[in-house]
Parts: sequence; C-alpha cells; structure tokens
Amino acid sequence: MTFWTYRRRDNLVGYLFVAPALLGSLAFVLIPLALVGWYSLNEWNVLGGTFEFIGAENYERLLSDEKLRESLVATTWFAAGLVVLNLSLALLLAVLLNQKLRGTTVFRTLFFSPVLVSLVAWTLVWQLMLQPEGSVNGLLGVVGVDGPNWLRTESAAMVAVIVVQVIKNVGLNMVLFLAALQGVPAPLYEAAKIDGAGAWTRFRRITIPLISPTILLTSIITIVGSLQVFAQIAVLTQGGPGTSTTVLIYYLYQQAFQFHHFGYGATISVLLFVIVAALTLLQWRMRRKWVLHES
Amino acid sequence: MSRKVALYGLLCLLCVPFVFPTWWMVTSSMKPISEIFSESLLPSEWTFSTYSQVFRMQPFGQQYWNSLYIAVIVTAGTMVVAAMAGYAFARIRFPGQNVLFVVVLTGLLIPSEVTIVPLFQLFQSLGLTNTHWPLIIVPIFGAPCVLAIFIMRQFFVALPPELEEAARMDGLGRAGIFYRVALPLARPALGAVAIFTFLHSWNLYLEPIVYLSTPDMFTLPQALTQFVDIYGGPMWNVQLAAATMTAVPILVVFVLAQRQFIEGLAHTGVKG
Repeated sequence: MTFWTYRRRDNLVGYLFVAPALLGSLAFVLIPLALVGWYSLNEWNVLGGTFEFIGAENYERLLSDEKLRESLVATTWFAAGLVVLNLSLALLLAVLLNQKLRGTTVFRTLFFSPVLVSLVAWTLVWQLMLQPEGSVNGLLGVVGVDGPNWLRTESAAMVAVIVVQVIKNVGLNMVLFLAALQGVPAPLYEAAKIDGAGAWTRFRRITIPLISPTILLTSIITIVGSLQVFAQIAVLTQGGPGTSTTVLIYYLYQQAFQFHHFGYGATISVLLFVIVAALTLLQWRMRRKWVLHES
Repeated sequence: MSRKVALYGLLCLLCVPFVFPTWWMVTSSMKPISEIFSESLLPSEWTFSTYSQVFRMQPFGQQYWNSLYIAVIVTAGTMVVAAMAGYAFARIRFPGQNVLFVVVLTGLLIPSEVTIVPLFQLFQSLGLTNTHWPLIIVPIFGAPCVLAIFIMRQFFVALPPELEEAARMDGLGRAGIFYRVALPLARPALGAVAIFTFLHSWNLYLEPIVYLSTPDMFTLPQALTQFVDIYGGPMWNVQLAAATMTAVPILVVFVLAQRQFIEGLAHTGVKG
C-alpha cells in the first residue's frame, strides 16, 4: 500500500480546489467582518483621528437614534414594496410569455433588456425622466393624470425608487419563472380541466405549488438584493426628501463616508448583517412548510 | 382570436416602461440640451457633438477600457475559482467539507457595503488604493464569487455520476476528471456565471467611488456621474451620450445571443 491512495489524493485535490475560495472568504469576508465587529465597539472619527474603545455605547446609540428608526421604516417599505411588485410582475410576465403565441421571444428580449443596461446609466435616465417636466409626467399627462414631482415628494419618491429598481431587474426573475413554468407537466392541467377546475384554480393549485422552489429562490435573492440597493438611491434621491428613502445601506454610507463616523457606521453594518442573516435563515426554514418537494 | 389581440395589447402596454427609457436615452443624447424635457420622441435637429464632448470632458476611452478589462479579468477569474470550488463541494468527499462550505456561503449574507471600511484599510495599507487591484481581487475571491460557487455546485450535484466513474475506470485522476469530463459538461452553468459576473463587475458603483480618485483610473458607472459644467451643474445630454455608449454595445451583444443568454440564466434557477 502506498501512502497516496486514491482516497488521500482525492482529499488533497478537494482541499486544493476549495483553497482559493476559502482563503478569499477569510481575507475578504470573514476577517473584515470580524474587524467590523471590533470597530463597532469603538468611537472612531476619521477626520478627528480618534480611535477609542467605548464598549457597547454605539449599540446604545442605535437604540435611541431617531434617524435610524426612520431608516428602518424606509428599508422595510422599500424591501416589501420591491419584493411584492417584483415577484408578482415577474410571475405575470412569465405567465403571459408562456402562452402559445407568436413573437413571445421578442417580448421576452424586450422585458429582459433593462437587466443589461448599466445600472448608473439606467438610473440617470430615470432621474431625468422623473423630473416634474420630464417624460414620465408627459406620458401620464397623455392619459390625463397630473403626476407629482416624483423625486421631491416623500411617498412618490419611495414609489419611484421601487419602480425604477423593479423594471431594471424584474427580467431576471421573469426568466427564472418562465423556465419553472415550462417544467410543469401539461397532463396535470388537462386532468384538472377534465375535473372542472377553472383557470384560476389550476394556477393556484397546480402552478404555484409546482413552481414554489423557484418562488423561494427568487424571493430570497430579491429580498437580500433589496437590502443592497445603493447606487439607485445615491443617484436618484440621496436618501431624500427628508429621510423618506434613506434605506439602511444608504444611512450606513452617510455615517461612515459622509460624516466619517466609522465606528458607528460599523455598528450599523453589524445590524445590517444580522438582518440579512435572519431573513435568509427564516426563509430557508419556511421552505419546509410551503415548498413542495417532488420526492 | 380576440384573446390573442388582448394578449398582444397587454404585452405591448407592459413593454412601454421597459423599452421607453432606452429609446429616450439614445434619442435624447442627440438632442440639443434645450430639448431634453420636450415631449418629442425624436430630436428636432440631430446633433452628435455631445458624443465628441464626452471624450473631451473626460478620458472616456481610457475609462471604457478600465471597465472592460476589469470585467473580463474578473469574469475569467471567477469562472476558474467558482468551477473548482463548486466541483469540489459537490463531487469530492473530504473531511470538513460541510463546515468549509458554510464558511464560504456566509459571503452570500454580507452586502459588500458592510465590509468596505476594513477592506479599504487593507488596500490602503498595501498601497493599492487608486489602483484597480481591489476591484479585481475582491470580486474573484471574495463575496461576489460566492453566488457563482453556489450555482456551480448546484450544477455539479445534479450531474449523473456514471460519466465520472467511467473516466475513473479509464485511469483518469480527479483533476483529469474535472478538467476533461465535468467541466465541458458545465458549459451552460459557466455561461450563466459569466453573464452574472460580467454584469456585476460592469455595474459596480460604490467600490470604484471608494477606491479610485483620479479620472483616468475611473470606471464607467463612476465616470457617468462626472459630466458637469463649470458651475457643477450636470450636462444631461452629454451624460446621456456617455450612458448610451456604455449601454448599447452590451444590448447589441445580448440581442444577437439572447437565446443562449436567457436559457443559460434560466438553467441555474430550475435546479435552485
């Protein structure tokens, strides 16, 4: 027996193959994360050049920070609005494109195209179109609606950033749903039809359960993604008017890079990480409850 | 029949917000600035001077090259790292595998904004700020790569083991099986990873702002917001010309290869 059995060589190859990703995770994810945890226990003002251990003071500040509370409210609205609008629109588009119809490929291409327009370009274009005298209000005027000053009115600004983001990215979820819909066996629908099930019942009782794994996947990606939306907010509203679109990540950016409170910024980072981790875990657990397994 | 007409009508209507912004971007970039807010769908007089202005106001060619070469290197690097790690996590049994997989997966949970302060310090202490290194190394090995690893793993998990066993019988080692058998089969998943990664790198905004400070090092998203007149007011039509130049080439590639593109992406979701 030589030392290098197939088993041992296999182990070695395994370690070598995961080594780059693992070292990268250590250097660029885990160690920085630990450092963020450490910074959050310090008062660190970059401009003042101060770095001082203050224990849990930053965390106490979190609890009494009125702006943070407002930011969490904005984040919740943004995430909820984004996920609901994104998933329902994606599903609607996928169902429409799944009909036997000529030219669906063309429509699929068109719905998908914003995914490929560079994010900042897309946001700049919408920024101009959403001006009071811009194209959006021009188009709304055609159907007799008097549009608001989208980016300078509190509730309208939130609607605007959500819609801009949904239209940009809904194509991705649409494609995933479309693939899932095409995987639903046609005989199931025919059997249900014979049993007298209407279109809506068939959709609810057959389509939804069978594509539930995709719904789970897309909802996780979309929710976690919604907490990382930065460039759009930075270009469109800078968190305003007031704090109405200051989502958590933008508040974090303000504290760390505009006000140079790196310590408090780190504390907000920890909060953001906890929220993302908790949401992901929650969804993963819910999977057992409502995702249909084939086996 | 009427159902078809209704469907087409609905699809056309739904298309408007998806198509109009791109149309508006392209046409408005050729309008004189006074016409930006006019209702007309086409410029009253076509002007292309905005396009030459883009290059006069900033080293736009250089910035274009920066974005392009960074995205290409990141895409290639990510494909290598993710394919190897994804394969090992899916197909090779080694002690500690599950723990290591969880360790790598934590990257999925961490928005890049969370770790940007310590990373900035790291690169500053290495003297690598205002270089492209942070924009290349972190995506290849750090958090953005994790989604790619996950996609590759899901693909390899679903691959029938018989093919590999046959290759093993023929005396191929593990690395050989990976390179000659598994990797060629993984082309659709690799394609999806390539698209995701390229777009992610091409769109990066916060990282360039944080790391880069001189215009000739800028990437495109960052450069787009810098077209201002001497009073600091944005020059919209020039911005739109620059935006058009960043968006249109990718859109053209997409339209030409849209089938492979969309089906490649869809492929990753079905097995998720």
